[in-house]
Amino acid sequence: MIAIGMEGSANKIAIGIMSHPEDGSPPQILSNVRHTYNSPPGEGFLPKDVARHHRTWVVKMVKDAMKEARLKVADVDCICFTKGPGMGAPLQSAVMAARMMSLLWNKPLVGVNHCVGHIEMGRLITGAENPVVLYVSGGNTQVIAYSAKRYRIFGETLDIAVGNCLDRFARTLFIPNDPFPGYNIEQLAKKGKRFVELPYIVKGMDCSFSGILAAVDALAVSLGLSGEEQARLDDERIEKEQGNEEQDPDAKPTRADLCFSLQETVYAMLVEITERAMAHVGSKQVLIVGGVGSNERLQQMMGIMARDRGGSVFATDERYCIDNGVMIAQAGLEAYKTGFRTPLKESTCTQRFRTDEVFVDWRD
Amino acid sequence: MADDYQPPALPSPFTHTKPAPILLAQGAEAHVYKTVSLDPSIPAALKIRPSKPYRHPILDRKLTRQRIIQEARCLVKLVREGVKVPAVLALDWEGQGGDEAGWGGAWLMMEWIEGPVVRVVLEKWEAWMKVNRSSLDATRISQEEARVRGLIRRMGSAIAGLHKAGVVHGDLTTSNLMLRTEQVEGETLSMDGEVVLIDFGLASQSTQDEDRAVDLYVLERAIGSTHPLSEPFFEELLIGYKEGNKGATSTLRRLEDVRLRGRKRSMLG
Repeated sequence: MIAIGMEGSANKIAIGIMSHPEDGSPPQILSNVRHTYNSPPGEGFLPKDVARHHRTWVVKMVKDAMKEARLKVADVDCICFTKGPGMGAPLQSAVMAARMMSLLWNKPLVGVNHCVGHIEMGRLITGAENPVVLYVSGGNTQVIAYSAKRYRIFGETLDIAVGNCLDRFARTLFIPNDPFPGYNIEQLAKKGKRFVELPYIVKGMDCSFSGILAAVDALAVSLGLSGEEQARLDDERIEKEQGNEEQDPDAKPTRADLCFSLQETVYAMLVEITERAMAHVGSKQVLIVGGVGSNERLQQMMGIMARDRGGSVFATDERYCIDNGVMIAQAGLEAYKTGFRTPLKESTCTQRFRTDEVFVDWRD
Repeated sequence: MADDYQPPALPSPFTHTKPAPILLAQGAEAHVYKTVSLDPSIPAALKIRPSKPYRHPILDRKLTRQRIIQEARCLVKLVREGVKVPAVLALDWEGQGGDEAGWGGAWLMMEWIEGPVVRVVLEKWEAWMKVNRSSLDATRISQEEARVRGLIRRMGSAIAGLHKAGVVHGDLTTSNLMLRTEQVEGETLSMDGEVVLIDFGLASQSTQDEDRAVDLYVLERAIGSTHPLSEPFFEELLIGYKEGNKGATSTLRRLEDVRLRGRKRSMLG
């Protein structure tokens, strides 16, 4: 059984093709292509620009994916698309394309929840059976555990997503958006050593990032570190300090130090709520999915926590962590096999679509 | 991997205790041991907050110290107010031991509570119900459900007492509620006994409706995710809560808001 997955809920248009062989052998990834829209440093991406980007690229992406997978149209069983959650305009561009392909090729549609896509892909790639899932990206921050046919949300952010917090701080510091802001923050943070105390906000199993963003933004402004010119000057200072073995611990923090402190603080919060969920459900496995999940420091911290609990952490690299089409195809195929179809009339998309709304019929 | 796991070393006053402390549970934040206090005949619960190696040391010390002191303060206050919680026996927020310059985390010794946690009671009951439901008649089922309702209602009044004393728990789950009872071995556990609140690691002193409502909401979600069969009885908890606390109306109104807020999280992309 072969499915095409189409994902366009944020700034990436991605097509993936997944095969579940009839003989029950392990699922195969036939192709995984993606094109990302990046805004200039200091700016975020606007939905209308992203939608235009998706419309421009979607046909080429589908062609590339089909060519890479060496498939004919007749080989495809269904077309899976991201139903939500996501940004409205980009979602619509992808759904439009999915609908058109469905009519053109006469294939059934399967609407997929983006978050469930991430979870299913993470489970497939890592082989984790029943992990506690930390789903962290630019739009979502959730701690999820499976129970009774639903992916239940144990804890989540009360305001903005952790990735959003990092992205926006990157804008303040004029850190480039290419390949993605979180990656550049991580690289810069590796050069930071001075820890600056920031608010630490965990409420039960939930956490909050907007206050931390406001605090670190204000700190950057008061240290004179925001804006393009400052970024250049500060980069020179960071480079100079890298040469010295001993950094003056009381010197004025650099942008690297702020990135380091921000990462240490928000990731400690994420690891803490994940650990609490693990303790509560008695699970020893943890799976990290979503764009922020490709951060090596987060994976490392999670690894230490899991080791101390006698368990292990599963993470994937950026091919499967960051939004991709294969995950939509994977989750879509699982649903398709249980008989789930999305009729053309209902092939809409929605910005709001909670993970726990999906009936997970394919798991025990 | 789980086999070669070693819990962190005990802080120094407990390295020579006879009999050696027994590790009971590894929570998210702390290890709980059963030990003795002063005399071998007096059992006590020892809660150790080991330092968290994944955290930056500055952040780690700050959080550990802040939380253990907070916890002890809340417990002392609650005992004075007559709320059913374990009493504080001893405390050290800069525990010796571990490898890093003597910093081994913090510890808190508390009164020993005999009995199971509510999570175990409900889990056993749910497992038993799953197996036996088909063979039970309607009266027996309603009897069984009445037992659970009663327990959940008593949980509600315990929480009401806590809130009335000006403390919010911060992490209410069924793992943090105990039943003080003499258990008889059987397929399901007795649901009689006194509900005792434990683990005040995230507790704080607050009388705000917002904090109280979040307490209730966290518990509601914890029950929903771990005890699907008991979830329909959550209303009982609110009834018990209302009985125990006259000012509950505004808290419950706030709970509606908190629920909506949790639900409304739009989850973009």
